[in-house]
Amino acid sequence: MSETAPPAGSSPSANAVISAMKRLGSSVLPFVVVILIWQFASLFFPRFLFPSLIDVFWRCLEIFSSGAMFADVLATIFRILAGLAGAFIVGGLLALLMVRQRAVDDFLSPILTLFQGIPALSWVVFAIIWFHGVEFRIFFIMVLTTLPAFTFQVLGALRGMSKDLMEMVLSFRPTRIKLFRVMIMPAILPDILTAWKVNLGNASRVVVVAELVGATGGVGYQLLQQQQLFDMAGALAWTLQLVFFVLIVQGALTFIENAAFRYRAVSERSI
Amino acid sequence: MRDTVTPGEAAIHLDHVSKVFGREGSGAAYRAVDDLNLEVRFGQMLAILGKTGCGKSTIFNMIAGLTEPSRGKVRVAGRDPFAEFDWFRGKMAIVFQSDRLLPWRSAVQNVELGLEMLEVPAAERRVTAQMWLTKLGLGGHENDFPHALSGGMRQRISIARAFATNANILLCDEPFSALDESTAGRLRAEFVRLVKENGKTAVFITHSISEALEIGDRIVVLKRPAKIAYDVSFDGATDAEERELIRSRIGAVLAA
Repeated sequence: MSETAPPAGSSPSANAVISAMKRLGSSVLPFVVVILIWQFASLFFPRFLFPSLIDVFWRCLEIFSSGAMFADVLATIFRILAGLAGAFIVGGLLALLMVRQRAVDDFLSPILTLFQGIPALSWVVFAIIWFHGVEFRIFFIMVLTTLPAFTFQVLGALRGMSKDLMEMVLSFRPTRIKLFRVMIMPAILPDILTAWKVNLGNASRVVVVAELVGATGGVGYQLLQQQQLFDMAGALAWTLQLVFFVLIVQGALTFIENAAFRYRAVSERSI
Repeated sequence: MRDTVTPGEAAIHLDHVSKVFGREGSGAAYRAVDDLNLEVRFGQMLAILGKTGCGKSTIFNMIAGLTEPSRGKVRVAGRDPFAEFDWFRGKMAIVFQSDRLLPWRSAVQNVELGLEMLEVPAAERRVTAQMWLTKLGLGGHENDFPHALSGGMRQRISIARAFATNANILLCDEPFSALDESTAGRLRAEFVRLVKENGKTAVFITHSISEALEIGDRIVVLKRPAKIAYDVSFDGATDAEERELIRSRIGAVLAA
């Protein structure tokens, strides 16, 4: 009979550290590759095509540290969040009405589908023609471009709720508010968070278009300035501001998902 | 052995009730219940027995107030459960065929559900929910989410959820049919004990003759579309020979 000691370094805590490092490595690796390729290209191409990422880094730092420039970033973030919040509130209410009244659904569905087919740039043009105020124009564009997706996503979530669970909760005769709090909200929350994640990406693209044409400040406006100066380092630095914002909000949404949906069963075998 | 109850004594009273799905008179219409008369006394345990598709669940849903009858009157404690839906808050509880636990709530939070609707203070409802979980052998699983529990445990939580509200009328739609026989047998015995101990009126839907005989003190056999084909009452004094006679009679009615 022989006994074998477990190999050194294979303790559970060591394994956890190794697997965490692997996960970190696999998520960082793609960025490192892109950075290296860009930096390599900057050695052979003119500065206005591929500036050094060190220059871009300093430009980013400049934007962060300058109050006036960072105010432009904050203005864009505020416009994105305000537009998304407006579209979510209106879309959520429309979805509730559509799920309760077949006639409302029949009336609104074709209109929202039509809206989905209108390009963001067309809304920008319409807004410039129809409205004077810059902020209202951008808010209008943000709401109109993300409203159909929010409405259809919330509508789908409401329709997809388990009829069995709904019947069970109804059997306890809840008030409308309690039904919403106990059943509807938790049931549709996963879809709402997904809708926010999807629309966040869309909104960050649309806001730039809106600011590019119809604003006197914000990331889109600054991008227009960099284009006129043929300043690629500046264009990249301003673009990265939006990317950082989207990454931060996506991270926050993922954190909420992980905390709120810990009840979900996790299969050991992935699909 | 025919059970007779005057309407005044009835906890549940169905008077010439019909239910038609789809537009009546059209080819697509489906008559699930046809001119049904049924009365259930307070404190009675009625087992409704019938083959699949005979309208048992439709009757169940009409008594629960979840479906409106096409014709006739349904009265529970003298009131219309569909029209006066909210009046029955806390007065009627349902155990469904599947456990129907809210996946985002822990075991104890699921049991608290009905108490939340009754505005019971949080601390009080937690104590009540834990008491029922312990009674049903689920002490120590209070904070487990449904996905982490077995089918039998989940169904026990759904029974605890129904009993926690202390409703006088319990409606059960084949609650043990999805469980293995040994677990179902144990839960059935627990269920009967709890109903008797707490003096509830219970309507229990099943397609198993043995289950109906074990649970009910009255059995109603339905034939499609939900009409009473056989109605029998019995009690502890009913001897084994008489029970066998009832069993074979039910078998014959169902086979006819």
